[in-house]
Amino acid sequence: MFSNFDFDVIVRSLPYLFYDGMTFTLTLTALATVGGIAFGTLLALARLSSIRLLSAAAAAYVNLMRSVPLVLMIFWFYFLVPYIGQWMTGAAQPIRVGPFVSSLVTFTLFEAAYFCEIMRAGIQSIPRGQMAAALAVGMSYPAAMRYIILPQAFRNMIPVLLTQTIILFQDTSLVYVLSVTDFLGAASKVAQRDGRLVEMYLFAAAVYFIISFAASQGVRVIQRRTAIIR
Amino acid sequence: MNYHWHWGILAELSPDGSHTYWQTLLLGTGWTLATALAAWTLALTIGSVIGVLRTTPYPWLVRVAQAYVELFRNIPLLVQMFLWYFVLPEVVPARFGTWLKQLPDASFWTAVVALGFYTSARVAEQVRAGIASMPRGQRLASLALGLTLPQAYVYVLLPMAYRIILPPLTSEFLNIIKNSAVALTIGLMELTARARAMQEFSFQVFEAFTAATLIYIVINIAVTFTMRRVERTLAVPGYIGAARPLTS
Repeated sequence: MFSNFDFDVIVRSLPYLFYDGMTFTLTLTALATVGGIAFGTLLALARLSSIRLLSAAAAAYVNLMRSVPLVLMIFWFYFLVPYIGQWMTGAAQPIRVGPFVSSLVTFTLFEAAYFCEIMRAGIQSIPRGQMAAALAVGMSYPAAMRYIILPQAFRNMIPVLLTQTIILFQDTSLVYVLSVTDFLGAASKVAQRDGRLVEMYLFAAAVYFIISFAASQGVRVIQRRTAIIR
Repeated sequence: MNYHWHWGILAELSPDGSHTYWQTLLLGTGWTLATALAAWTLALTIGSVIGVLRTTPYPWLVRVAQAYVELFRNIPLLVQMFLWYFVLPEVVPARFGTWLKQLPDASFWTAVVALGFYTSARVAEQVRAGIASMPRGQRLASLALGLTLPQAYVYVLLPMAYRIILPPLTSEFLNIIKNSAVALTIGLMELTARARAMQEFSFQVFEAFTAATLIYIVINIAVTFTMRRVERTLAVPGYIGAARPLTS
């Protein structure tokens, strides 16, 4: 069964897998998380806004993103981003966009919908009295959000945000459909070049498992540390 | 924008010679739903068993079930699909492997199995949460009445647990429909794959993707609407909302 399992192909391709592939995956995960949380928080504030139009628009955006498969969204943005770029820069032709920028835009906008729901739950978990008290001592609404509500909401939601980041890390493997050299893409390219599908895919699965498992155990520790005892 | 819109493309004949582009999208929708439903059956069955095992009083069973959940939750779905499709036929005995490779609709069955196992880990977490959310007295009382442990699960704990976790199960079902799009990587011609094919043949990118997006939204709304009604019928007074989705 595993008699002709070739460890050597894995060892030989390690630099390519990690230097090219994993760097792409981790950079994409990190940037999309930061962008997604920032945009997601803005969306959450919009959803909770008392301005009807704003909250309806944010809700529509979140619901749209959450009812469509990520794969379809990756295709959407792959073709759409050049046009958005053209519109933003006022160029005569749709601009050329590399797969990294395209995936980064996709994941930021897509994951923002999920981060929005997390932040909304976080903001709503803060007792109403806090906002009332902040306004009563003379803070403006933006100041109250910035200094009172959001820091607490953020702290409460750190474990959930990190869990979502682990999901995002796993989801980045889907850029495979654009033939991008992320970690899985790199493994797949070696697998097909050398005819070593079994070795490369098992190794890729093991690496993803170890990273995600270790990270989720880490989240558990953080969850215990950050929990506010009431 | 200098994109040339042409919505009439949907009514034009696709390169397969017998269907319009719109009809190919509908065929894809059929595959999406078939894959999702078959995988959901598998996920619900296995997920329930694993979820129950995680609440049994036997530590080793709990640990085995926990390992199962961690295994299927920490590997990306796409990688799992490749493992089932490319790796499994190579590592099983040669005769069985050949049979697997020659299966008609191999990508469909692979997608069903991969999605089913992937989702079963999530269902197991929900089932566990549902059982754990009930007062301990329910289990103790049923055992005290003389029910065996399996009977306590079948007649007392599970009927309540399922009704409590219906809302999170609905979102898992919506997830399985969306996740079935990943199967395009192993050649399943489901909705997203059909939209992609239409884009490649007709060059009308945005019409193809808009149509697919609308179909997904309609499916989503239909499922949500149906499940709301089911939830309302099955709601246990004073219990709904007791089960919280797990955060980790």
